[in-house]
Amino acid sequence: MERAELLEQATVAKQAQKRIRLHCCTSTGCQASQSLDVKKQLDAAIKTHNLGDTVEAVGVGCMGFCGQGPMVEIEDADSPAEKKHYQKVTPEQAESIIGSLNGSGEAEAIQGDPNHPFFSRQLLIVREHSGRIDPERIDEYLAVGGYQALHHAIYEMTPAEVVQEITQSGLRGRGGAGYPTGLKWATVAKMPPGQKYIICNADEGDPGAFMDRSVLESDPHRILEGMAIAGYAVGATQGYIYVRAEYPLAITRLQKAIQQAKRKHCLGAQIFDSPVDFTIEIRVGAGAFVCGEETALISSVEGGRGNPRPRPPYPAVSGLHGCPTLINNVETLGNISPIIRNGAEWFAGIGTERSKGTKIFSLTGKIRNNGLIEVPMGITLRQIVEEMGGGVPGGNSVKAIQTGGPSGGCIPDRELDTPVDYDSLRELGSMMGSGGMVVMDDDTSMVQVAQFYMEFCRGETCGKCIPCRAGTVQMYQLLTKLLDEKATKRDLDKLKELCGMVQATSLCGLGQTAPNPVLSTLHYFEQEYLELLQPDPITLAANSRG
Amino acid sequence: MSFLDLDEWLFEVAKFADIVYSPVASDIKDYPEDVDVCLVEGAVANEENLELLYKVRQRTKFVISFGDCAVTANVPAMRNMLGSSEPVLKRCYLELGDKTAQLPHEPGIVPELLDRVRPIHELVEIDLFIPGCPPSAPRIQAAIEPLLKGEQPVMEGRSMIKFG
Amino acid sequence: MSVVTLKINDIDVAAEAGKTVLDAAREAGIRIPTLCHLDGVSDVGACRLCLIEIKGIPKLLPACVTEVAEGMDVTTHTPQLDEYRRMTVEMLFSEGNHVCAVCVANENCELQDVAIEVGMDHSRFTYRFPERGVDISHPQFGIDHNRCILCTRCVRVCDEIEGAHVWDVAGRGAAAKVITGLNQPWGDVDACTACGKCVDACPTGSIFRKGSTASELDRDRGKLEFLVKAREENQWTR
Repeated sequence: MERAELLEQATVAKQAQKRIRLHCCTSTGCQASQSLDVKKQLDAAIKTHNLGDTVEAVGVGCMGFCGQGPMVEIEDADSPAEKKHYQKVTPEQAESIIGSLNGSGEAEAIQGDPNHPFFSRQLLIVREHSGRIDPERIDEYLAVGGYQALHHAIYEMTPAEVVQEITQSGLRGRGGAGYPTGLKWATVAKMPPGQKYIICNADEGDPGAFMDRSVLESDPHRILEGMAIAGYAVGATQGYIYVRAEYPLAITRLQKAIQQAKRKHCLGAQIFDSPVDFTIEIRVGAGAFVCGEETALISSVEGGRGNPRPRPPYPAVSGLHGCPTLINNVETLGNISPIIRNGAEWFAGIGTERSKGTKIFSLTGKIRNNGLIEVPMGITLRQIVEEMGGGVPGGNSVKAIQTGGPSGGCIPDRELDTPVDYDSLRELGSMMGSGGMVVMDDDTSMVQVAQFYMEFCRGETCGKCIPCRAGTVQMYQLLTKLLDEKATKRDLDKLKELCGMVQATSLCGLGQTAPNPVLSTLHYFEQEYLELLQPDPITLAANSRG
Repeated sequence: MSFLDLDEWLFEVAKFADIVYSPVASDIKDYPEDVDVCLVEGAVANEENLELLYKVRQRTKFVISFGDCAVTANVPAMRNMLGSSEPVLKRCYLELGDKTAQLPHEPGIVPELLDRVRPIHELVEIDLFIPGCPPSAPRIQAAIEPLLKGEQPVMEGRSMIKFG
Repeated sequence: MSVVTLKINDIDVAAEAGKTVLDAAREAGIRIPTLCHLDGVSDVGACRLCLIEIKGIPKLLPACVTEVAEGMDVTTHTPQLDEYRRMTVEMLFSEGNHVCAVCVANENCELQDVAIEVGMDHSRFTYRFPERGVDISHPQFGIDHNRCILCTRCVRVCDEIEGAHVWDVAGRGAAAKVITGLNQPWGDVDACTACGKCVDACPTGSIFRKGSTASELDRDRGKLEFLVKAREENQWTR
């Protein structure tokens, strides 16, 4: 297929769109607040007002402001700069919203402020089309330039050039550890030709994190395109998306997207009539946190028990079925097509010295505006929490921010001016993680927080290696003992000792990072631990004796 | 009993140490003050055990956890798998009881069973562990002999620390 | 065959390329404690006892799956490593129900041996006393989950040597356990060939041969009676 033909398709798709589009969120979160009904009522109202020629209601993905959903955004092609949106829309309000379009009345819905820092501070790369296009129709993706990057890569670039482009962009893995993506690609690309695999890790399991789900539900084609480019770059013809069963909507949309992309020759055999093949299949995980670990994930894709195995050998050398395998996180793959489209230099110009581009966070906890945000690396935690998030509701102040989920740590309020990037978060004893960001206020007990995450790890460890299997249980017991106000200094010392041991000796990342929430709360909030300590019964008895 | 297997070496010990308290080798009922060394055997299963253990720790310079029951809680602790003391008491006094089946309850006279049987080091600080079920006489001798000279024994190897 | 040279505890060692550090250490007469390793089956690196330090690598690596490399500088014993090993064994003792005094494997148990090797005279971790089952549905063998340390040797011998794959692991974390068939009673699993390899592989008293304890002694007194009756009263039925 010629490039012109693809551009033609995009133009046709663009022209098929109506002048006024009402974007109505149909992601999991908003669906729970009746957004499907809202959409239905909007459609009905368009019909009754006879506006079908100029107005359409489009079921789109997540717009980010989840705490205020369902959201309806109005986009007028004649005045694209004037954005308008309504929050917490109910099906009953749909009629009045449509009515307001032709001046037959006022909209009876809460109008939001599109210039609120929550939106204005964001920089959308991965989520650029989220909430703007219908994720279930490939035409909508084509209309915004979809699959052009893939076409460009296949016809204008050699695989080595693609790898080079990704390397130069400075993109790092968004799954948490921040491994340079280009280096990973280069390793797989350098392995001798033969069967290779691409795996998209969509096993998002951190408590409080929902970035990947949103991306998959809102713009699935972007991930498929990213994977296909990766496949071309490293010489793989088969890709798998490992997505957890708890994300049924994402799975459905991915399935639809794969079918549509195949029909348009954007995937499958001889993509765009080139000699390049790339097929994508979905593998549904049964909801085990440990399967986010790449070797466990591979074992699960192979149909085995989701147990990690020692690395090396790394999956890039010996992964799925013993073949070189490239595993990238959803968000990482979401960055690929923009990088190919706009160039490595453009991407490298965003962010900080060592962390390039943007990062999506799910902002939750004790915060006024919760939802998904995509921000440039280097933004400070204070800007996120206070400006975008609007601070803590109810007059309390921020005590700490938890990032990185069960593998991360708690950052105290005095470090709020830290810029968000891989290295500075790690220096603070936390980590970027996949992007969970939980805000805690003064009322939060940090020991309880540590206990919560330890309970999570205790339940999610696969049980293969002893430090993780038994160590998390022991640490949880000690934390519980502390909270029950039964622990002594000896117990606290033992807890510290255990943290070090589990960190150093566990087989995979789950165990190696499980003590982090304890260590970071101990580091910044040791007083809270000390306050819970009880005197040793013997010392107590000895004192009373004499 | 294993201690008594030390046979004539006991006379050697007697040259250096007085036995000031023992359930079998002494008549004294209350644990005395200022004890130098105490070999504590058995797991902590009831309130009386616990009370005595605390007293021993307070009044003793060097406490030895002696034998697997003290070190690991061993066989007495197998009731812990049942959850609490209740199933044991029920089985023993009600199901297997004869004409007057009843649970023993006489506070202050009959010590109450603790919910869990525990090794002693979970409750007090221990200075030396001599595992074994029972620790053999040579092991006991090898552990105590250095103590008499004021030295810390080396607890290493099969002969000294094998459980069971 | 190509050979690499490396240093283990400052001793120069020559080893066949592709061998593991554990093999090389053994050949050099250096002992590294192991529990999940079993000669003849694949390694899983689960017990973490054979963790070693390699100069230039920030992480500890399991000797059983780490291949030797030219110029590698390995340390198998440091106070820190010894301490970790001891903690690991203490965790094993505290997470199951290991009562050596009444165990069929007492004196013949690798867990017990390793405890001695790492110098464990007590466990500083709270004993958990989990409720775990015993399955004696198999006519010849039994498994006592109380004594299982989840080394998965049984799983691997059954799969890799016998080819029956009767054993596997189910559950997560503290609830993980080895299972037979699809978590059926062992006696109901048709795939079991009763070869007994799992018994031979088990490092503890968890998987055992039945009939070896006093309480299992089965005396057929009726047979004597039958013989006497047959001889004296010519009654041949039993």
